[in-house]
Amino acid sequence: MIQVDSLIKEFGPKRAVNGVSFTVNRGEILGFLGPNGAGKSTTMRMITGYIPPTSGRVRIGNHDISEQPIEAKKLIGYLPESAPCYSDMTVYGFLRFTAELRGLKGAAIETAIAHVAGLCFLEGVLHQSVDTLSKGYRHRTCFAQSILHDPEVLVLDEPTDGLDPNQKHEVRQIIKRMGQTKAIIFSTHILEEVEACCTRAIIIDRGSVVANGTPNELKARAENAGSVSLRVHGVAAEALRSRLNSLSIAGKVSVQGDATTVLARVAPRDRSIQGELARAVAEVVLKEGWKFDELHTEEGRLDDVFRSITLPDSVKARA
Amino acid sequence: MNESFRNIWTILKRELTGYFASPVAYVFIVIFLLLNGFFTFMLGGFFEAGEAALARPFFNWHPWLYLFLVPAAGMRLWAEERRVGTLELLLTMPVTAWQAIVGKFLASWAFLALALALTFPVAITVFYLGNPDGGAILTGYLGSLLLAGAYLAVTVATSALTRNQVISFILSVVICFFLILAGWEPVTSLLVRWAPTDLVELIAGFSVMPHFASFQRGVVDFRDLLFFASVITFSLFGTSVILRNLRGA
Repeated sequence: MIQVDSLIKEFGPKRAVNGVSFTVNRGEILGFLGPNGAGKSTTMRMITGYIPPTSGRVRIGNHDISEQPIEAKKLIGYLPESAPCYSDMTVYGFLRFTAELRGLKGAAIETAIAHVAGLCFLEGVLHQSVDTLSKGYRHRTCFAQSILHDPEVLVLDEPTDGLDPNQKHEVRQIIKRMGQTKAIIFSTHILEEVEACCTRAIIIDRGSVVANGTPNELKARAENAGSVSLRVHGVAAEALRSRLNSLSIAGKVSVQGDATTVLARVAPRDRSIQGELARAVAEVVLKEGWKFDELHTEEGRLDDVFRSITLPDSVKARA
Repeated sequence: MNESFRNIWTILKRELTGYFASPVAYVFIVIFLLLNGFFTFMLGGFFEAGEAALARPFFNWHPWLYLFLVPAAGMRLWAEERRVGTLELLLTMPVTAWQAIVGKFLASWAFLALALALTFPVAITVFYLGNPDGGAILTGYLGSLLLAGAYLAVTVATSALTRNQVISFILSVVICFFLILAGWEPVTSLLVRWAPTDLVELIAGFSVMPHFASFQRGVVDFRDLLFFASVITFSLFGTSVILRNLRGA
């Protein structure tokens, strides 16, 4: 549904987006990650036809956004970054205005407004002026606008920004539900969100795509992904280390702890082994008769992957 | 085509209700009518002239009155969209920039037309007191409306230039002031002393004054209509260029 092909955007001498390509199919939810100023919003603005790319193409369905902007825009629902709303209108008036521009007519408008007002918990403020709303309500009003016409393609720039935890949960549920039948792309800084709803994630840094895969694939790229953590009682740290070191499939072993409990982290020698290392460690524990509190394989954290990919080299060196 | 009209109508409706959703519309209309009354009856010497016509005491003031009031009515049209960020929302809807520009312009123009229409008691007064030329009053109103439209189109363009309404206001006042001065008699008679007549006439040709004046004499000349139509079209076209550059950079 969304096809982005070597998109480039230059602002004067500065290249904000540098050859970004990806596709989002129906039924996919793409998480768009990256540090501030990486080019996320600029890319989304080009996808939605707000700014023209310096070069490259965007296709929405069967329409090129530069050549058939109106047809392409009809398929899109868009929530801009700051979630802007016309402040001199009521929530109802605002939604009605966008519904009319979206080409809805007559009774369909009322049905659509009632539907999204329910989804986004706006019933109580429907006839209140946007001016008087709190940030969360304003945000949801703009979000409601983006899903009002039940679009094939949803582009959401930080849809959960500024919401409280309950509202965040609701918005994620809506995205997940809609994602079953639509092509969705949303940007976020919250990495748990990506794990919770995305079928795929892209990390972009300084205008280029630096990672593209399912959340699990990305997590596997973390440094400690696949290593086994073990916490035991009453064993000397050194004894623990040397015993674990003797395992043939173990790589680096690190231990830390005090007199009573010790935490050991065993890295696999080869990343591709799955679960084998945990079983080997468990066997050792049982054989030695150690009392243990905890034994698990680390999944790797998206945070770590994100940091290791997007930190500038100078900062990495300092860390 | 049907769809463009619907979009223009939707945007027009939104802008027009926007005026009345806030006190802006009421404040504007009241001040417009008060100033009109003040100029006509106090400065214009409506009664002293003893003449049953509106041209001199009433319409004559409009270029100056509009100079400040029209930019005030139009300055927010695009500047506010830019400041709040709704511009991004509007232009990612299935709407062309032209439809949005025309919709906004027509909404503001309709609002100005309403304010102008509310000066009808002045017309009633002349009809009550004397026996004026109804046609001249009608063409006077038409000229006044076109003049407001020309100023407004300029304001629409300056409004797209900035996100600051005050800057937009000042810019449009300056441009509209030029549109007056270029052909205002006291200025042209000064210019004639040291510039060739052809040049002075050329500059004066850009001014709204001579075109506005013929309407006050009760004349609807095609050239005058064409002049106002070109100023409006040119300014609105300029607006579309400004908006395109804004999105490109």
